[in-house]
Amino acid sequence: MLYSEKVMDHFKNPRNVGEIENADGIGEVGNVKCGDIMKIYIKVDNNIITDVKFKTFGCGSAIASSSMATEMIKGKSIDDALELTNRAVVEALDGLPTHKIHCSVLAEEAVKAAVKDYYDKNGIEYDKTKFCDGNCCHCDKHQSSEE
Amino acid sequence: MRIYADNAATTKMSKTAIDAMLPYFDKIYGNPSSLNTTGQIAAEELSLARNKIASLIGAEAREIYFTSGGSEADNQAILSAAKNGLKKNKKHIVSTKFEHHAVLHTLKKLERQGFEITLVDVNEDGIVKAEDVAKAIREDTALVTVMFANNEIGTIQPIGEIGKICREKGVVFHTDAVQAAGHLKIDVNELQVDMLSVSAHKFHGPKGVGFLYCRRGVILSSLIEGGAQERNKRAGTENLAGVWGMCAAMSEAVENIDKNAEILLPLRQKLIDGLSQIPHSKINGDLKKRLPGNVNVCFEGIEGESLLLLLDEKGIEASSGSACTSGSLDPSHVLLSIGLPHDVAHGSLRLTITEENTEEEIDYIIKSVAEVVAYLREISPVWEELTTGKREFIL
Repeated sequence: MLYSEKVMDHFKNPRNVGEIENADGIGEVGNVKCGDIMKIYIKVDNNIITDVKFKTFGCGSAIASSSMATEMIKGKSIDDALELTNRAVVEALDGLPTHKIHCSVLAEEAVKAAVKDYYDKNGIEYDKTKFCDGNCCHCDKHQSSEE
Repeated sequence: MRIYADNAATTKMSKTAIDAMLPYFDKIYGNPSSLNTTGQIAAEELSLARNKIASLIGAEAREIYFTSGGSEADNQAILSAAKNGLKKNKKHIVSTKFEHHAVLHTLKKLERQGFEITLVDVNEDGIVKAEDVAKAIREDTALVTVMFANNEIGTIQPIGEIGKICREKGVVFHTDAVQAAGHLKIDVNELQVDMLSVSAHKFHGPKGVGFLYCRRGVILSSLIEGGAQERNKRAGTENLAGVWGMCAAMSEAVENIDKNAEILLPLRQKLIDGLSQIPHSKINGDLKKRLPGNVNVCFEGIEGESLLLLLDEKGIEASSGSACTSGSLDPSHVLLSIGLPHDVAHGSLRLTITEENTEEEIDYIIKSVAEVVAYLREISPVWEELTTGKREFIL
């Protein structure tokens, strides 16, 4: 099989699918040209992510990565969410095929983008260099270290 | 219920083909190159199969070279023609943008060796214009290679017209007929084809065997050295069981071309009509000039691999030209060649049926595809943007 059972489970029964009305932060990364777009909505209360939802256009591993990432940040602090790495998502999914690692990178960046949006909306200062521009098409920043 | 609708990838072997192979494992097992009786019986059997296969495409037995399949046949045809061209200082090859990679990658290799390759555009309907091929031919053209029918969208190319043009201009013409053989009528003389590649597993024969037809007078070079088999053009002990499996399968397929088409065309039409009902979808490739079992469709706002996997959950086995299934960031070169934007090409689905599929199965496929597409659109941010006017519909 191409995918682990964990990936298939999160792909077939994705957790936290949908939108949050009046979300405190919305992050969208990816590019339709490359075939993946992830959009993550967060609700923040007292620095804690109380609710998270996602919508994804993409392959099985993209959907599974978003589902897993939302599970991993739900109920966590903003700072913990920013610590989420694509590697952690891959591990939680019991691995991804090499050419699908970028899906986990998208998930990491989507979470960060949602936090960045939250920061922007609330006038909170942050280090801009820690966030990407959200256009993952042909970005190989994370690939080499993972493959 | 499992419905196999990926017959362009490979087919289930027919009982006829399996039965035809069996004697060659433990009864007629000799090496056709051996002078002993067992070997000579095998040699005789090999010759019989060659005669039979040649007759199926209007060729002579000595024009048939058995190979390991379609890719090898394509490689051998193209590399041989290039080598012949080089001797006359002809270093130009004409092909099309949507060939199989067995052709495109071989051409890429030749390009690195100094050949100039012209890839003719494909029209929106998935058909190459013969006059465009004619225009691309030059004084130094060593070969024209155009596929008989496309493996993804099933469109049938004007092979006879191109054959006539090449014959008039004195250029060798090869066609990759891997998807066409056994499904469409082929007469190499009528079509004026010089070289033609065939693979057995696309028409209910075994994997690992195919052949290259090479017209008498066209010089073939060997890819594999080591023996005098196949008149010195392909070393290696012949796969006699495979050859007989191919021979039986192809005979059966060719005999039933009309009968199978009669079953398949209404099924294909039903599938096309049903899938066209799904909003913002598009059937790819000419609706009539296509292989009788091929349906290729794009759905806007979703990605093909997730569509495939969810259909598989429902027991439907298909394929897609999305980037995710190809292992690269770009979707299928075939879909891009007919002018589909990346956005849409990612959401493609190929269903390739056989005469064994039923109307009930087609109904189930239509219903399931509609359900899965609707679900994936529901969770797609792209679909959300399309439906809220933030992004414009293409389809």
